[in-house]
Amino acid sequence: MALLEIKNLTVEFSTAHGPFRAVDNIDLSVDAGELVAIVGESGSGKSVSMLALMGLLPWTAKVTADRMALDGKELTEMPQDQRRRIAGKDMAMIFQEPMTSLNPCFTVGFQINEIMKRHLSLTRQERDKRAVELMSLVGIPSPESRLRAFPHQLSGGMSQRVMIAMMIACNPRLLIADEPTTALDVTIQAQILELLASLQQDTGMALVLITHDMGVVAEVAQRVIVQYAGQQVESRNVIDLFDTPKHPYTQALLAALPERATTQHLPSIPGVVPGQLDRPDGCLFNPRCQYAIQACRHTPPGIQNGVRCHTPLNAQGHPTDPMGLRQKEGVS
Amino acid sequence: MSTPPVLQARDLHRHYDVGGGAFTKPTPLRALAGASFDLYPGKTLAVVGESGCGKSTMARLVTMMEPPTSGTLEIDGLDAVHGKKSRNVARQLRQTVQMVFQDPYGSLNPRQRVGAMLEEPLKINRPTLSAKEREEAGRSMMQRVGLRSEHYDRYPHMFSGGQRQRIAIARALMLNPKIVVLDEPVSALDVSIQAQVLNLLNDLQEEFQLAYLFISHDLSVVKHVADDVMVMYLGHPVEFGPSKEAFANPQHPYTRALLSATPMADPRRTRQRIKLTGEIPSPLNPPSGCTFHPRCPLANERCKREAPKTLTRDPVTVACHAVEEGRNEVVSSPRA
Repeated sequence: MALLEIKNLTVEFSTAHGPFRAVDNIDLSVDAGELVAIVGESGSGKSVSMLALMGLLPWTAKVTADRMALDGKELTEMPQDQRRRIAGKDMAMIFQEPMTSLNPCFTVGFQINEIMKRHLSLTRQERDKRAVELMSLVGIPSPESRLRAFPHQLSGGMSQRVMIAMMIACNPRLLIADEPTTALDVTIQAQILELLASLQQDTGMALVLITHDMGVVAEVAQRVIVQYAGQQVESRNVIDLFDTPKHPYTQALLAALPERATTQHLPSIPGVVPGQLDRPDGCLFNPRCQYAIQACRHTPPGIQNGVRCHTPLNAQGHPTDPMGLRQKEGVS
Repeated sequence: MSTPPVLQARDLHRHYDVGGGAFTKPTPLRALAGASFDLYPGKTLAVVGESGCGKSTMARLVTMMEPPTSGTLEIDGLDAVHGKKSRNVARQLRQTVQMVFQDPYGSLNPRQRVGAMLEEPLKINRPTLSAKEREEAGRSMMQRVGLRSEHYDRYPHMFSGGQRQRIAIARALMLNPKIVVLDEPVSALDVSIQAQVLNLLNDLQEEFQLAYLFISHDLSVVKHVADDVMVMYLGHPVEFGPSKEAFANPQHPYTRALLSATPMADPRRTRQRIKLTGEIPSPLNPPSGCTFHPRCPLANERCKREAPKTLTRDPVTVACHAVEEGRNEVVSSPRA
């Protein structure tokens, strides 16, 4: 059985313009020891879906799911206090901005101890000892003295290491890292990614990495889920995804990367990600898709073989016609 | 190169005094320590480096927001350091250099209509134009950057990030500058939008023969846009040369480390990563000798004592003792 199972997760926010569906029927299953990356542009619902799992969304959000289970325990039906015993212990989350996610008023040692105090039955001496262990585990030099430091005395990379130390304090089964390296410099980013990957291998925890950077995905992930405007559009093994993308969006996204460019003019995707008020009918990607046919404009596609597309692309990057839709419309 | 450079910078330094009070002396911060470069019409010079390397200081000097502490800066044949004292020269210089900022959400006034924003530079610098001529110029520039001229009377919040960056670019081009300083112009944008803006910048450069000073930390973007590249570390240019050579055969250990640390969108790539340990030191208290030595895999005693001089290793220039002594050949280049 998978460690994390999510079926049909939908998150709606009530706004002044009516309900806004930020996450649309998402399925996710993660095995223990697996590294899954969720990739997408801003507004694709990648952070919101994970915040919903952690139970961190505000009251304006309506979260519905057929199943949302960690280790077989259903989270949606659980009383709040029980759920809070799981969040931070069995599943933990690292956020994008290490500088703002630490409390500036307390030392980092205090903040690391706090999570252990809440979730583990350790004595104070044991907690202090564990905090030093954790700090050296995440590669912070002279951990004893750094524990007494306040967040403003640490650099961005160090703060992110402290966040990681805090989140692995209770040996979580599942760690969610929401853009953990976006705010950091390249050489520090490489260090943090390496740290996360090695921690994941040593502890056997599952890691869900949320990112917008295809380079980071290629570097660390085993399985990739591509999201667009709140929907999952493609879910594949990392090598297959980069070699033969099946969804036109994935193909276009990869082609738009400057490092893959063959000409000075980059093949860009026209238009922008649809917002709340300009969601198109049919497939959400159809106004920007170069292969869109009439059927795409009015019928939303379902997911087949991990791809949400009426005419998934073949290995040569051309659209196929599994349902005979292109033939019916006379498109070659 | 046959065309003369539009900007010549020689040995630019910029120091700031930090802290200090009634009884303590301020500490000098060497934000930029000796940069020399030329900008040519229609060409792009990219400056790459991590935070605190002096990229933004360089932009401030080139746009004449701040004078250099020492060194010479000649823009379009005019001395930009001393010439600024003359009102007319200063006016002409300011029109020659324009800038596009990183965050299009912060760089546009939320209370000003797009049209007013585009007309403002004309109002000040082209007082002979009539209101109608100004509006015409604004609308045509808007179309040129790929926005519809119906959007002329809209406010910035009605646009997406990519469209806002187009507005910022349009505003920078209103006075027909010769040099545009682009400070991380695409790093706040999504990948699909990033490609659109990079294409636009490329087209505009060809059309107006603009010289770009492109500041970025994203090496894959730099590799795509740059003709020349300058790699900086703690205020020092460590490697400078044509971008093709600098990327294909990097000499300086920092350039190599930076290249190997940049994630590539190719899951099959196996590579030896040059691991840089430690953090970027504070520019307030830079290490002795070569500022890179505490993190450098090739450092020896000499690097700790002596700051390296800039060497010419045709076609690039490098500041490194290891390159001078030929010790850098031991580690093979990260990317063939």
